[in-house]
Amino acid sequence: MNVPTDRVDAVIAPPVQSMKLHEPALVMRHRIGKVFEWTCFCSTWFGIVVLAMLLVSVTIQALSWPVKPKPTVTTSSATAKADVKPQSPPLSTAFLTSYDSRRPREAGIIAGLWGSLWLLVLVGLFAVPIGVGSALYLEEYSNEGRWKQIIQVNLSNLAGVPSIVYGILGLTAFVRMFGFFESAKTAVINLGITTIDIPLPFDRSVIAGALTLALLVLPTVIVAAQEALRAVPGSIRTASYALGATQWQTIRHQVIPAAMPGIMTGIILALSRAMGEAAPLMLIGALTYVRYCPGDIETFGDIWRDPHGLLEAPFSKFTALPLQIYNWINHPNADFHHIAAAGIVVLLVILLVMNTAAILIRHRFQKRTQW
Amino acid sequence: MSFADVAVSLKGQTVAMSLRKQFSLVQAKEWCIKVALIACASLSLVTTLAIVYTFITEALVGIAPNTAFFQDVSPVDFLTDTKWSPQFSEKHFGILPLLCGTLMIAGIGGLIGLPIGLAAAIYLSEYAKPKLRRIVKPLLEVLAGIPSIVYGYFAIAFITPHILRPIFQGLFGIEVEFFNAMSAGIVVGVMIIPTVCSLSEDALRSVPRSLREAGYALGSTKFDVSLKVVVPAALSGIIASFLLALSRAIGETMAVCIAGGNKPQLSFNPLVSMQTMTAYIVNASLGDTPAGTIEYKSLYAVAFSLFVITLAMNILAQRVMKRFREVYE
Repeated sequence: MNVPTDRVDAVIAPPVQSMKLHEPALVMRHRIGKVFEWTCFCSTWFGIVVLAMLLVSVTIQALSWPVKPKPTVTTSSATAKADVKPQSPPLSTAFLTSYDSRRPREAGIIAGLWGSLWLLVLVGLFAVPIGVGSALYLEEYSNEGRWKQIIQVNLSNLAGVPSIVYGILGLTAFVRMFGFFESAKTAVINLGITTIDIPLPFDRSVIAGALTLALLVLPTVIVAAQEALRAVPGSIRTASYALGATQWQTIRHQVIPAAMPGIMTGIILALSRAMGEAAPLMLIGALTYVRYCPGDIETFGDIWRDPHGLLEAPFSKFTALPLQIYNWINHPNADFHHIAAAGIVVLLVILLVMNTAAILIRHRFQKRTQW
Repeated sequence: MSFADVAVSLKGQTVAMSLRKQFSLVQAKEWCIKVALIACASLSLVTTLAIVYTFITEALVGIAPNTAFFQDVSPVDFLTDTKWSPQFSEKHFGILPLLCGTLMIAGIGGLIGLPIGLAAAIYLSEYAKPKLRRIVKPLLEVLAGIPSIVYGYFAIAFITPHILRPIFQGLFGIEVEFFNAMSAGIVVGVMIIPTVCSLSEDALRSVPRSLREAGYALGSTKFDVSLKVVVPAALSGIIASFLLALSRAIGETMAVCIAGGNKPQLSFNPLVSMQTMTAYIVNASLGDTPAGTIEYKSLYAVAFSLFVITLAMNILAQRVMKRFREVYE
């Protein structure tokens, strides 16, 4: 808002107190106005209050086990003793480093953490170059023609397609590959020192999930990158051309660096969306109960010890954070609901870190670049 | 990429190379990059075509040995049958119960999310001081960034036991099922608030100042100006934001799948379990249905219906935005 509206308001509408009593209609109008303002004010905070309630209730559940009514008949003293023993809350370091379990107090999310990390890396590898490339073409190369218009309309429609439809697409195109392969095959690629086994079709592997999510976030990445590119003033480009640079040199050395913060923000936000998305993964049949990590990489140290795992991981079956959470929520045992809350806290913390990074990048560069 | 490298190394080695030749290499590199970028941009079209192809082959017209869903089940039955029971021995494929659940939950979500989102947008654009905006806007972005599975958990862990049950069961004595459409609708409503708010606010803020000042000059109060001048002037943008938010509510999956339960039924009671189209798709895919069976194909038929509904709403929103936009100089 460039000019504060309050000033105009103060001049035109005198305080209610100073008004004469024989103007009840005006008093009424101001009263209605006040009520309206308060309604709008409360609406503004409604969402935020719900957000606060959500965070508080989830955190409380993540830090405590459900209160159990005292067992009336003690059938076995051993189980009773186990209950009495002080236990760590659902959200603990053990939770972060152990695999899922049939026993709620031993369940952990390491498989989901690594699965989600693999998804993020692969989604980034697919979506970022393609998304930025598309935006570059649309903003820098294509002239305002029919072709650009078609792509643009198509993009805005794709952005509105429900995520579950992408799941259906992923199931058909990547998991089953349109039924193109009669039976499952394995393509072996020999790299000289080692080989990569690629299952065809991809089945329920990390790569199928990553490709599905990449298609899902692609419109977001493209639109964000387009906006960032559009904000770069034309004079920069003209100056670069005047110095004899070709179009690609101009883009590579002038436009992309200038648009980088905007592009980065868009990418991070898109990736954080991919991180929380469960429905498409559910549909492509990612597992919910897994007791291994993709490529058997449990810690970053494992990558140095067994680099071959890096090549295996994209093609192994997997689970992801939101899927494990879904599985726990649906479990009839109430203990698992608190485990789910712990998983949600972990997921939200990761998303918060990503979003904060995006906001910081935006702020930092907004201040520095002034055209 | 490799071609580009060759071009660069040639340029470094042969200084005596004719300018014409060098120029053409640079041109070739430029051309290659352009082609690569065009390929990237076309991928979004390929995605759309793949979605359409998937739906055509699995739901409308199958390829030779396989039959599509609507070749096995008549579209009339699909649209009019009031039972949805693909897993039972006596199979019924009537979309109405699923549609009812979807519309019920999206409707409750709309009743909550649309007015609140619009009121928040009016407040942020007309009343709020810049400082408050700076606090509220990022918080609403956080709200938009919460994954839907978290909202689902919130619905069954907090809203149903701590809000709905005390009110309906405690005060009125109406039974509230553990899974119910109401809690799902409430969280969907909260989820669409940021969408409605930010899109409507953009529309409200693009109304020129002169209109507001003209309103004040005629003796309007701030309430009159906001509600009778600014809102009507921004109506196209507001309606578009409503349509987009509702289409998002219809396509919402995990929250309604967790909170709404999985019992497809044609009912107008929001306190019972209801399965939506999206929830059916998720549940059917969980149960490892082998490809080629009718249950498997029903997944595509439901997804196709969902796709058509949301696409129609999105296109309508774009039309409204374009057609009825008031252009101010």
